[in-house]
Amino acid sequence: MPEVLEFDAVVVGAGPAGASAALALARAGRSVVLVERGPFPGSKNVYGGVVYGRVLDEIVPNWWEEVPVERWVVRRSTMMMTGTQSLSIDYRTDAWGAAPYNGMTTLRCHFDAWLAGKATDAGARLVTSTVAAGLVRDGAGRVVGVRTDRDGAELHAPVVVACDGVNSFLAKEAGLLPRAEASHHTLGVKEVLDLPPGAINERFAVQDHEGVDIEILGCTRGVPGGGFLYTNATSVSIGVVLSLPELAASGIRPEEFVADLKAHPSIAPLLRGSTLREYAAHLIPEGGYDTMPALAADGLLIAGDAGAMTLAAGIWLEGVNFAIGSGYAAGRAADRALTAGDCSAKGLASYRADLEGQFVLADHKRLRKAPALVLSDRVQQRYPGLVCDLVEGMFTVTNPAPKAGGLKVTRRAAARHGVSLLQLATDTLRGLRIFG
Amino acid sequence: MSAAPAGRGPWDGISFAERMATVDFRVGARAHIAVDADVCRSCTTKACVSACPANLFAPTSDGGILFNYEECFECGTCYMVCDSEGAITWTYPDGGHGVVFHHG
Repeated sequence: MPEVLEFDAVVVGAGPAGASAALALARAGRSVVLVERGPFPGSKNVYGGVVYGRVLDEIVPNWWEEVPVERWVVRRSTMMMTGTQSLSIDYRTDAWGAAPYNGMTTLRCHFDAWLAGKATDAGARLVTSTVAAGLVRDGAGRVVGVRTDRDGAELHAPVVVACDGVNSFLAKEAGLLPRAEASHHTLGVKEVLDLPPGAINERFAVQDHEGVDIEILGCTRGVPGGGFLYTNATSVSIGVVLSLPELAASGIRPEEFVADLKAHPSIAPLLRGSTLREYAAHLIPEGGYDTMPALAADGLLIAGDAGAMTLAAGIWLEGVNFAIGSGYAAGRAADRALTAGDCSAKGLASYRADLEGQFVLADHKRLRKAPALVLSDRVQQRYPGLVCDLVEGMFTVTNPAPKAGGLKVTRRAAARHGVSLLQLATDTLRGLRIFG
Repeated sequence: MSAAPAGRGPWDGISFAERMATVDFRVGARAHIAVDADVCRSCTTKACVSACPANLFAPTSDGGILFNYEECFECGTCYMVCDSEGAITWTYPDGGHGVVFHHG
């Protein structure tokens, strides 16, 4: 017989969702085990690079005094580019450089380990280098634990919180997630490049501890997706996010998109002299609200990427805060269900209600149509070039020819990119409806 | 611009081998990927070959697929883009093994 260990709750995955779930349960006085397949929390995790920390206000008071931060983001830039042009909308504010801050760049092996440390400080038991290989069910089919790859040892509990990431095999086994749905996923490919802090400060116009977040559209050769460039303390993170079906159809290798972006005339000078520290890749669940699975089954809750919680809504790209928000809510819902003695799907239903009432599902619901617009052909393939040509047309002085009016320049740029003014107006309205 | 052959960089002065050499892999004894060669031989797209960010899949002369599990990011792209249900069987490596990101 394999060894069996009993707990009030089993949490799978020590990323931000799992650590938050375990923290909530441990604080409620529950015995909770946090199972992590990597050698340490964060060792399997890759993201673009920015965490929005305000979700932590009530979970870890004054979190900014202790969180392992690389730089506080005080500049946010949205860049639209073609191979030879770029247009940036760049915003900088002092407000984001002081507590409680807005975005921070941080590396996942530091951040995830810090948050998991909060859970263990509160009494959760962290078990690393252990895969939760499958669900354990009782005779009625209810989930009552997980089977591990440690000599088949089992961890039993009335409730399991699956925070096992974008590929969540536990959610798949429970029938909550489809086996493979490429169209709901993007591939993130990232390179971390070492760069001296002085060079970062000069090139990105910031001071020590201040950072920059640049989101880029039009750098993926028509494959739906985008690019990013973030400043860390002594390195920068650069990469692309690519819709899986179109990436596969393109036949272009993922790292080639990153190399393209690094070579762009607006980007290359920022990276000159840098050296590659680490190459990485990870999937992102980008389907949004309409593709989210059911979040509870008998004895089981799912949170974070396992529940497709990443918000990929074009101008807003957030994930870790959604993982923390959903994980903490899952932990609290599991605690309530344990108190009530009912860990059935019905007994755990307060989890979804809680998420609907806070940013996690409220933001997702409000922005549910954003992924389709942001990844649409016109936004991806036509608008970056159109707006670049428009601005070029406005500011290119063509003496002795007189200036063309704004409408003429717009009409010309739209025509060159095969977009009618009606389509332009329709998409503008659509964007206002979704984001407004 | 046309696609360059798989893994044939460098596009930016960094070869694919140099890229992969920056990643910490703690290779386990058990292969966590299995490929059904018969299904692969009938596959016309072989999307895994170009889409895998670690370039682990290579077409063979008889139309099959040769794969390598050691330097895997464990991202899941291969089975997600695969045309045939079940052609690629993919699980996590054993606990403590596989990729270890230090700058994720």
